[in-house]
Amino acid sequence: MLALEGVSLSFGGLRAVESASFTLAEGSIVALVGPNGAGKTTLFNLISGFLVPERGRILFEGRDITGMPPERIAALGLVRTFQIVQPFARLSVRENIAVGAHLRLAGRRQALAMADEIAERVGIAHQLDQPAGELTVAGRKRLELARALATAPRLLLLDEVMAGLNPRELDDIAAVARAIRAGGVTLLLIEHVMRAVMSLAERVLVLNDGALIAEGRPAEIAADPRVITAYLGAGAAERMLKEGARA
Amino acid sequence: MRSAFAIALVLAVLLPLPWLVHSDFWTNLVIMALYYGFLGQAWNLLGGYGGQFSFGHAAFFGTGAYASAVLQVSLGLNPWLCLALAAAAGALTGALIGALSFRYGLRGSYFALVTLAFAEVFRILADSLGFTGAGVGILIPLKESAANFQFASKAGFYLVILALNALGLACAWWIENSRFGARLLALRENEDAARALGVDVFRTKLAAITLSGALTALGGSFYAQYFLYIDPAIAYGPGVSVEALLVPIVGGLGTLFGPLLGAAALQLLNQLASAAMGEAPGLNLVLYGAVLVLMIMFMPQGLFGLARLSSRRLAGRAG
Amino acid sequence: MVELDILLPALLNGIMTGAVYALVALGLTLIYGVLHIINFAHGSLLMLALYGVYFLYTLLGIDPYLAFPIAVPAFFALGYGLQRSVIGYCGRGKDENILLVTLGLSLVIENLALYFWSADTRTISTSYSFATVDLGVAVIAVPRLVAFAGALVVAGFLWLLIHRTDLGKAIRALAKERQGAQLVGINVEHVFAMSFGIGIASLGAAACLLLPSYYANPGIGRSFVLIAFTIVVLGGMGSFAGALVGGLIIGVTESLGGLFLGESLGQLGIFLIFIAILLFRPTGLFGARPLSRP
Repeated sequence: MLALEGVSLSFGGLRAVESASFTLAEGSIVALVGPNGAGKTTLFNLISGFLVPERGRILFEGRDITGMPPERIAALGLVRTFQIVQPFARLSVRENIAVGAHLRLAGRRQALAMADEIAERVGIAHQLDQPAGELTVAGRKRLELARALATAPRLLLLDEVMAGLNPRELDDIAAVARAIRAGGVTLLLIEHVMRAVMSLAERVLVLNDGALIAEGRPAEIAADPRVITAYLGAGAAERMLKEGARA
Repeated sequence: MRSAFAIALVLAVLLPLPWLVHSDFWTNLVIMALYYGFLGQAWNLLGGYGGQFSFGHAAFFGTGAYASAVLQVSLGLNPWLCLALAAAAGALTGALIGALSFRYGLRGSYFALVTLAFAEVFRILADSLGFTGAGVGILIPLKESAANFQFASKAGFYLVILALNALGLACAWWIENSRFGARLLALRENEDAARALGVDVFRTKLAAITLSGALTALGGSFYAQYFLYIDPAIAYGPGVSVEALLVPIVGGLGTLFGPLLGAAALQLLNQLASAAMGEAPGLNLVLYGAVLVLMIMFMPQGLFGLARLSSRRLAGRAG
Repeated sequence: MVELDILLPALLNGIMTGAVYALVALGLTLIYGVLHIINFAHGSLLMLALYGVYFLYTLLGIDPYLAFPIAVPAFFALGYGLQRSVIGYCGRGKDENILLVTLGLSLVIENLALYFWSADTRTISTSYSFATVDLGVAVIAVPRLVAFAGALVVAGFLWLLIHRTDLGKAIRALAKERQGAQLVGINVEHVFAMSFGIGIASLGAAACLLLPSYYANPGIGRSFVLIAFTIVVLGGMGSFAGALVGGLIIGVTESLGGLFLGESLGQLGIFLIFIAILLFRPTGLFGARPLSRP
């Protein structure tokens, strides 16, 4: 579904992403984790066309999309959401989602109807007539998700869609995510909320300082000393091992 | 379609006006109000719905006016044909300016400035070139006949400008109810988010400025026929650019009837001002400037926006 | 091929005018650099200043070069007042709103000038109006030479103000990092107004230097505004050196343009440069900050 080969990008002297290579199987739910500043959103920007890599290739469903503009990539079925939510503030929730629906639907009425449907699936149907700018953070995140969903994507890149949600909201979104995958969409999530990562993801990719340092199943990753070091600093891994041995 | 019905209603109410009003003065007033309303609607398509503020719409207006005048006077083409050709010229100009500006990502104030610069370039060219009459301008010979797009009675001009308004309203309605319009509004609110949803921002903006240019040029052509004289200052001067943007700002950006409302309000203000202070060159521009400043400071939503805001508060909000 | 003895004076005149343009642009670049405001009223305020200096001479007999102590503080006060009242009020929100407000202001100023003082062009005639200096390669009018020198001196003053005083430090801090500056206790509103005031004060200075060799007329604001913007964009938004170099380039362009294409077409070169810079090199020659993509 998605393949990255040696993708790299620097900002001035800073290496934001260093030779990232991985593949995503169709229909999987994969989480991209890593400490703050690891380069996760930059990676999203690279994949979705908002940034152009200096080196490397990005292949989506076999097709080379390196350097393609975001709108073309979205039209091919690779759609992303934004970490800092960006609603079309003065448009209603329905009109917001309809913009996404219009990627596949030319008719206004159909797009609006699709918007209603998607809003129902995501749980914001009761706010369809509200201006998007008046939504709470949780509502906006669902709107981001709804808009992206309305484009009928094949691969969905969700950037911290769980952040700032309470446990009940988290479970709701997780259920929606699983339903989306059941509908045939591959998901790549950037997440900090470990609970979501552990329960949702089948595979986890760990990014640190722009480089992929580990990948595997959630349980494996949690025990991986390199990952622990990345998050908690050098020596933490050994300490934890020693403590584990003593207990 | 509530808004389609509203448009039809407004047009139906306005239609019989020249036969109800028996004063040339008042008919002229209404014609001018409709004329400004149309100009404002043309600007509104790009600026209100699209969020791209142009300070140089005179570039399109003047091109339409000169195209009409030159083709008539130098080539003897029928003025109605010239009207259509003016629209084409305006569209072309819009496409050109848009292609350059948007290709290089100009937005916000920089877009505003570059459009102003283009208008000035056109003005200088019109002022210097022979076929536009240079500084002297072009006088369209008087020859009243409907076929010649010159009417002995003002009613004829009234109907034309009303028809143009219908066109403008139709375009605005189309924007509010089409995929193109949804994309235009999306990019106005947030370009990156729009692109992430597959909106080709460049193409959409280009289409909007082309449409806006075509309509504005029609306004220029109408002006040429109504007043029978144009020169570089009238056609490409800042006056037109200011009027084009002031009208929708006063009335309500990105609304169907904002431009008409704004035009009516400004005409009213104009009349009150000349009644109070007499005719003086430039005084109405002082008024416009003051209105602009006050609107931005206290009522950036415009008159229509204000009405919408309060009606929503009265009706309460769902959820 | 154009004769050198026609070309050289045109070149020199261009440089002289360019220095005064640069002074006008410096104010604009300061205002943009600190406040991120594109002050559309800059040209009409210069026009106002020119009228001010004109009336000081014709009504009170004060020589323009001696009018500095009146013109500069007066326009500083005007700028400070405008920023604290009208312009600062619309400070929050879209870029375009400020542009529209300053556009509105320019309309008011220009047309009030038209109403009160008519469209007649006003010039003054002083004892040195027609004095010239022979530089060997060309003969230069004294007022132009004084304008050139004066502009450089005022620019130097501005530089000292910005780089060697506490106020200047505050201004630079605010320009770089608004929130940070607030956190260290800088009174943002006051410094903003001071910056705007200084930018407008430089117009008062420019008017004193300009009037003896130029004229006053309600419409000149409009041409100055675009010229000033061109210089600021050419030099790089917020760059001091850029405004100076840009001013000289534009002055020469205008002079040579006028020489080869005639008065009206000559202006064309400036606007074409403006468009070209905005499209192809928006950071300008020296600019560090790219065009803001709001």
